[in-house]
Amino acid sequence: MWRHISMVSTMNDSSDVFDAWWGWPPPVLDPAGPYADSVVVLAWALFAMGVLVTGIVVAALYVAIKGPPHLKAKLGGERTVWIGGIAFPGVVLTGLLVWGLTLTASITAPAPADAMRVRVTGHMWWFDVEYLDASGDVLLRDANELHLPVGEPVVVELESGDVIHNFWVPNLSGKEDMIPGRRNELVVQADRAGRFGGVCAEYCGGPHALMGFVTVAHDRAGWADWMRNRTMSLRPAVADQDVPGELTAITGRVAQTGNEALSGRQLFMESGCAACHRVGGTEANGLVGPDLTHVGSRLTLGAGILPNNRGTLMGWIGDSQSIKPGNRMPSYDMLSADQLNAIAAWLEQQK
Amino acid sequence: MTGGRHRSYRAAAALLCLALGLAGCKQPPGPRYIPDAEDAARGRAAIERVGCAACHEIPGIDWPEGRTGPSLVGFDDIGLIAGAVPNTPENLARFVRNAPAVKPGSTMPAMPLTQEEARDVAAYLYGLDDE
Repeated sequence: MWRHISMVSTMNDSSDVFDAWWGWPPPVLDPAGPYADSVVVLAWALFAMGVLVTGIVVAALYVAIKGPPHLKAKLGGERTVWIGGIAFPGVVLTGLLVWGLTLTASITAPAPADAMRVRVTGHMWWFDVEYLDASGDVLLRDANELHLPVGEPVVVELESGDVIHNFWVPNLSGKEDMIPGRRNELVVQADRAGRFGGVCAEYCGGPHALMGFVTVAHDRAGWADWMRNRTMSLRPAVADQDVPGELTAITGRVAQTGNEALSGRQLFMESGCAACHRVGGTEANGLVGPDLTHVGSRLTLGAGILPNNRGTLMGWIGDSQSIKPGNRMPSYDMLSADQLNAIAAWLEQQK
Repeated sequence: MTGGRHRSYRAAAALLCLALGLAGCKQPPGPRYIPDAEDAARGRAAIERVGCAACHEIPGIDWPEGRTGPSLVGFDDIGLIAGAVPNTPENLARFVRNAPAVKPGSTMPAMPLTQEEARDVAAYLYGLDDE
């Protein structure tokens, strides 16, 4: 549906991105991988046992108040206390404990050593995402979006840049804290392709409720495509230089054409944006705010809160404080409409 | 001579008054445009999907309440859309979809809406009767 309107505005297939957080069954009861599976099974077992025990208690209460005298006498007998008060809970709780620990042991089992690793760092109020290569070096950077191949365990290294945050993708795993000065590891795995909403699940001040991210699980072909596009954009700083040889093939996909976008690029550098934001392949190398190298292909803006199109991009730059009050980016209300438009046009090209 | 001139002045003045009076007259109000509730509901969904509220305060949308663009509270009573074109459902549907085409130089960019969605968005905005 979006394709025939893409001529009006360069946009992403973000039409239903916010469905990733909603829907029925709710994500927390809709596991998409083994690590969420065991959590959901445990939750249902807990619920079922709760219902069973409540039923027994209510029935006993009814008998105690309105039941025939011989049942009342039985209920108050020593035998009932031994069986119902000690033996039953002892056996059931011990059994449940053993079963529960066995079931959830897989959650903390170490991931295969060769598993893909992604470092996600919580910041007030967004997520920095770094894909690591086998030697632990940063292969590519992104923000507020986590892309995974289907069917493979991925180790997420959780860190924090300021206060305690918490990483939670209900479809894929339980919650795990992001603690300053520590590295927690969480293994996630998606067994079906799709988008899964994630949130910060630990109150971290101010606009905590507006701190989210999208997890996108790609099938094999989709993952290869995504990886190829992204690693090709690992462009060295040659965007504006005439470099002979094969490098031009790489920089060729860095669309920096059109007067509007070029003036947007200049404005981006001159208005201070570059002090906080990095755009790979340009002189913009700020690390305080989200990396914007791929902002044009991102599904959301403002950390999982707005759809990504020219209008929301301009609205965010022009007055992000009215959208996400207290966020660390000032409202650029000194920019004119044309300037906002130009910057947005350039950022849209950063795929 | 002078009398004749006076008369012609008077006639001209009368004509001018008449013309001004006619021009000042509004068209007799037509039946009030009442948008279809289903269209309006779809319009609201479209508004949320493309994020209009990132720049506009829109009644019925709790968050966000962006301030980069004007507030749309009481929008159905405003005379001109963006101070440029008459505030009719047709114009509004065209404007929300591709504002620069309707008002050259508009700050508001073209939005990723289909024509039907744009009509639904207009229906939602006109359905906001906050009088």
